[in-house]
Formats: sequence, C-alpha cells, structure tokens
Amino acid sequence: MIPGIGTLTQDTLWCFSQVKGTIEIGTTEDVPCFPFAFCHDCKFPEACPDMQNSNVLPSGLLPSGQNKLGPWCSPTGSPAPLSCETGCGEGSWILVCRLLVPTQVSLLSMEEDIDTRKINNSFLRDHSYATEADIISTVEFNHTGELLATGDKGGRVVIFQREQESKNQIHRRGEYNVYSTFQSHEPEFDYLKSLEIEEKINKIRWLPQQNAAYFLLSTNDKTVKLWKVSERDKRPEGYNLKDEEGRLRDPATITTLRVPVLRPMDLMVEATPRRVFANAHTYHINSISVNSDYETYMSADDLRINLWNFEITNQSFNIVDIKPANMEELTEVITAAEFHPHHCNTFVYSSSKGTIRLCDMRASALCDRHTKFFEEPEDPSNRSFFSEIISSISDVKFSHSGRYIMTRDYLTVKVWDLNMENRPIETYQVHDYLRSKLCSLYENDCIFDKFECVWNGSDSVIMTGSYNNFFRMFDRNTKRDVTLEASRENSKPRAILKPRKVCVGGKRRKDEISVDSLDFSKKILHTAWHPSENIIAVAATNNLYIFQDKVN
Amino acid sequence: MFTRGLKRKCVGHEEDMEGALAGLKTVSSYSLQRQSLLDMSLVKLQLCHMLVEPNLCRSVLIANTVRQIQEEMTQDGTWRSVTPQEAGRAPLDRLVSTEILCRSAWEQEGARPAPGLGDGHVQGPVSDLCPVTSAQAPRHPQSGIWELDGPREDRGGFHKSLDQIFETLETKNPGCMEELFSDVDSPYYDLDTVLTGMVGGARPGPCEGLEGLAPATPGPSSSCKSDLGELDHVVEILVET
Repeated sequence: MIPGIGTLTQDTLWCFSQVKGTIEIGTTEDVPCFPFAFCHDCKFPEACPDMQNSNVLPSGLLPSGQNKLGPWCSPTGSPAPLSCETGCGEGSWILVCRLLVPTQVSLLSMEEDIDTRKINNSFLRDHSYATEADIISTVEFNHTGELLATGDKGGRVVIFQREQESKNQIHRRGEYNVYSTFQSHEPEFDYLKSLEIEEKINKIRWLPQQNAAYFLLSTNDKTVKLWKVSERDKRPEGYNLKDEEGRLRDPATITTLRVPVLRPMDLMVEATPRRVFANAHTYHINSISVNSDYETYMSADDLRINLWNFEITNQSFNIVDIKPANMEELTEVITAAEFHPHHCNTFVYSSSKGTIRLCDMRASALCDRHTKFFEEPEDPSNRSFFSEIISSISDVKFSHSGRYIMTRDYLTVKVWDLNMENRPIETYQVHDYLRSKLCSLYENDCIFDKFECVWNGSDSVIMTGSYNNFFRMFDRNTKRDVTLEASRENSKPRAILKPRKVCVGGKRRKDEISVDSLDFSKKILHTAWHPSENIIAVAATNNLYIFQDKVN
Repeated sequence: MFTRGLKRKCVGHEEDMEGALAGLKTVSSYSLQRQSLLDMSLVKLQLCHMLVEPNLCRSVLIANTVRQIQEEMTQDGTWRSVTPQEAGRAPLDRLVSTEILCRSAWEQEGARPAPGLGDGHVQGPVSDLCPVTSAQAPRHPQSGIWELDGPREDRGGFHKSLDQIFETLETKNPGCMEELFSDVDSPYYDLDTVLTGMVGGARPGPCEGLEGLAPATPGPSSSCKSDLGELDHVVEILVET
C-alpha cells in the first residue's frame, strides 16, 4: 500500500485520531460546556464579586448569538451549582464550570486512560478558556515522525511524542501525547523603534537526530533559537558535601567519603536553549531551513536571507539581499525560503510577485543573481487589480526527492519541475470559488492570509488548508482531490472524515455548504504530514487535530 | 478648525456643484469600484498598528495595488488631483466615503473640463507620475497645507505620503502617524475626520471596511488634531503675511 494513495482500487479513508487544545466557548448544548462565562447582565449582582468589571470580557469569547448569560447558569439557561474550578477568579470575570469536570476534560483527549489524560492536559495554559496566545502558528513533525512540535502565538512550544504501539492495543496506532512544553520566546520591546517584538513562533524546524537528545530551531520575528530537548531518568545520589535536599552539610559532620551513584528517577524531559541567534534581521523572519549538511541553516526575512553556522551565534552571512537603495522603490519582498533536501549548496526563495528563484551558493557569496527563475506567465483573461496579491506565494516546499518544488498562492497550489522554469507542471485549485469574492476578502484582509502546503512522504499527495476549517488533499497520480473538515463535531474516535463540498451557486445539495456560509475566521494555515505514514496534523486556530488513515 | 483652513482655499468653486451632480449620473460602476478600492487601499496603508511593526509584505502588496490603480487612472486620463474644497461639501449618498476622502469620482469621470483643475494640470505632471515617486519627494519637502497651489501639490502630496509610508515603515517611531498626517495636505485631514468623527452611515459595500476601521485609532487621530491645530495657526500667519 502506497502511503497517501491507498491501493489502486480504493481511496485512502481518513479518520479522526486526536485533538489537542481547549474547547472554544459556544459548542453545542448537549455537550457539557467547559468553560463558560457570564457577562454584564448579572442576575445576582450582590453575589457577583466582579460586577464592576464584568464588561471586560474579551470579545469573541462569548457564544455567538448570546451576550446575556446570567451567572451561575449553564449556557442552556438551567441553573447549575456554583463551583469555581481551575484558574477562575482571576481577572475580571469568573469561570463557572459544572461539577462534571473530569468527563469534560476527557473531551480534550478522547479515549485516553487517566495517566495520559493527566499528562496531556498539563500542557494547557493555566486558564481554561481559549485566548489569542493559544493560536497555533506552526506545526512540524521531526524526521522520524516520532515527535510533533507546535508553536503558538504566545511563544510557547509544545512537543508531542508518539507512544510505542503496544501489543494489546493494536487498533490504536500510536497516539501522540505531550512530551515537553516550554516557553521559547518572550515578548520583547525594541527601544530604538518603540515597537513590540511579537513572541509568536513563526517556524519550527527539527534537526536530524544524532544522539539521544532532540534538537529543534524555533524562531519569532527577530530571533532564532536552538533548543535541546533531552530526557533525564537518572539522578546522582550520595554527594558528600550536600545532603539529599541540596543543602550544604557541615564539613565537621562528615566522617566518611562515598562515591555518588546514579539512581533511576521519574522520567523528566527538559528543554534548554543551546544557542540564540539574534540581531541579524531588520525585518520579520518568515522562514528557517536546515541545510542537508546539518552544520548550517538559513533564516529569511522580508528582504534578506542569512546563512548561519549552528556553532556561531554572533555572525551570519548574508546570502540574499533584495533591499533597494531607496525604500520607496520597494515592490517585492521575500515570502519563503528553503534549502534543497540533498544539495547543500542549493536553495530557493519565493517572492510576493509569484516568482521563485533558485540559487547556488557556489556561484558567488551574495546570491542576488539567481541560477533559475520560475515564473508562470500571467493569464490575461484573469487579470484584475488583485492579480498580483493573489499571485504572492505564501509557502514553498521542496519535494522529498528534491526534484520538484511546490508553491502555494492564494487560490492555487502549483508543482514545478526544477528543470522547467517557464511554467509549473501541475496546478491545483484550492478554492477557486473565492475568485469572485476577492474584493471582500481584500477588505477584511483575508486575501493576505498565508497558507502553507505540505508533501506526503512519497511526494504523491499534497495538502493545504482553506477556510471554514477545511483542508484539501490532491493526489498527483490519480488527479483526485478531497476536501475534509477539522471540527469538533467530527471528532469521534476513529470516525471517518466525510468529504465536504462547497457549492458554487445553483442548487445546493444536502451536506454541501454555500460559499456565503463559509466562516473566514476559521482558517487552516498550518498542516504537517508524517514523513512516512499517513498521519497528518492540522492546526485549526487553537486546536491541533491529528488524523490517520483507516487501518483495515 | 478644518472648515477655516478649507475655506481659505475655497475660491468660489460653487459653480462646480451643478456640474458635479450632472456628472454623477454618468459615472461608471467600474470607476466607482476602482475609486473605492483606491480609497480602501489608502486607508489600509495609513492605519498601521501602533505597537507592532506593520507587515511589510502586506504593505508592499497594497502599495503596488495603489500604484496599479493610479497608472490605469492616468492612462484613462481620469487621474485628476482634487482640490481640498471638495471635501467640505455635503456628501452625496452613494459616494459618501469617496467624498470624504476627497477624491470625487464624478469629477474625474466628468466629460467637462473643470476650470482651474483642468487638463492642463493633468498633462504636465502626468509624465512625472509613472516613474518612481522618489523624484517627487525632494520637490516637496515641506508640502503641506501652506502650499496654496492646490491641484499639483495634491498629487505630489499623495506621492509623498506613499513614500513617507515606506520610510516610516522602515524607521518606525511613535510619531509616525503624526508624521503621516502632519505635512500632508488636506485630503488626509479629511481622512482624519473619517477616523475620528465618522459613525456608521450607509455606504456602498466595498467601502464598509472603513466603518470597521474607524474606531481603531482614537489615539493617533487625537494627537493629529492637535498638530493640525498648530499647522492651521501657521497657515493663518502665512496667509496673512
């Protein structure tokens, strides 16, 4: 069975595996809602300690269509016993949760036993509501697929590890459990420009594993950090000068000498920053890419690309610089960059004008002159004022083989052969029904959304996200495509995902959704595909969905 | 405050009102849409987040769109700079947003040449329009409301602000919003009115974004107002001398 394609006679069926993250307020009524809050229309003002500040509820957290929830009431309006649970009482509104907290928590991680549930919920921030800091901004499997890392807008990295498959649970193919959580980047303030530097993690890239520890690069807008994630399951005991708690012993009381021994301890996973690569980028970093030599990597911002050596943090080489002498002449920026998977001298970068340049670092120190230039001639019949904006490439990825590159612009995904520069070899329409809505999408800024795209392990299927929590897969061989949805409603364990369809005018069939009903606030920008199996991770705002193919 | 400054430049163009109303009926929807798009883009460019650096890619794409519209309008011959006194008029229903932003579409579409705005002005500087705007910028270092030669300076002022936008993007400082407004001439004062004073109101679809944008910047606009107050005072002095 070829990963992604399935057998020749049968399509791959995708089914739900896991979802991680807090449930948004506003889920359906028959599901115990956790959490829910109440707002200014307090029915028992004398009992409500926060009556004064009750209108400071962050917008967007109230269930849609409801702005009046009395206190001590469930969203259905029926009185529920007052009980303050985790994290409540802070800030200006009170969380009221039903007493059925344990079963609610189980919604977060389906069908896991108590121990893993405890571990899996430990990574949730110390509040029970979804905030902007929880929005996932990058997802990446490591090279073996054993680890899955996510970065969020709050600067945090969460790493999940696939559990070993056990013999007595064959039907559960290794689920992902939280392995490590750490704060990678903190918000900073640039005093020279009086600007905040966001702590949002823009990209995570794993290094190939060379010893027992795992290494990854994570970056925000300005600074790249190399993190080492290692396990510790032994600790030394029997120091001479310190007692078991670490306090210094009075030397006068020491009468014998002993050799410290290593004793087993509970497994602890610790993440330490090993290198910080800072102050090299004036503009916002949009990509990082580890070179195949495993000694260097590059970081790309809007106008420049720098080459780093992992060991050297105070220097980097500038290999691409497209900043014009006069900033008023600026018409094009770099949007993404990646090293070739096998040739350590080759890399590509994409631009906001829909072009891709392939550069060879052997040609010169500054690769401002490209070796290859990929651009598709414009289709004059489709020209509009938005043509340039929708041609801007948001992501570029080499295939695993290194023969092809895939680019994502606003409406399409294109596959290019490195040997043919004048046009792509394949073009897939992701959501062409949006073409007539470009003006509205420009107005609400959705036209600037940067969708990513990924290859599967065998380069036969490509995947990218869309709106309404839809994501699309295109099989390059059979030319078939499918639209799936990442939503809580479809989140029953091993439930098969039903293909979705957007209807474009005309009669809307049952189960189809019309273009005007699409929710543009629910966008899937980040997805990842396991390097060798049919397991995908899809980030839908603050939730991470993991889907697997159906195991027969 | 605004009215005073505007009146000083208003040199009896009331006769344009009837012509304008007549011209309104002949405006094509494509031009309206194009105009709305232009206005929307300008608003997007000017409203940067104060605390966080604006997204350079987005700004570049919007600026390129604006340039594209500009070039097309120039080729059509419909690109005419607008005199500030247009802004003082009561907004006509469908064009309320474009009116407020002081780019009266009907005037640009109009077949009749408006005296004082006329083609003469359009022909001359048109050739300067297409190449990069940096040539314009040094010519108007202090282009501002004390340049009473309205039309040509409006265009220069427009370009200046596009250049300014990129400069401020590069060297972002807290005063950038004030800078964007401070030495730009009056069309952008009216943008300021939009930002502070505009509340709801019916307007055509593509420009609804303005509504959503209006409440977002109370801070910079209020400080702009104080700057404008100062500048107004300066104008007073200049004109009187």
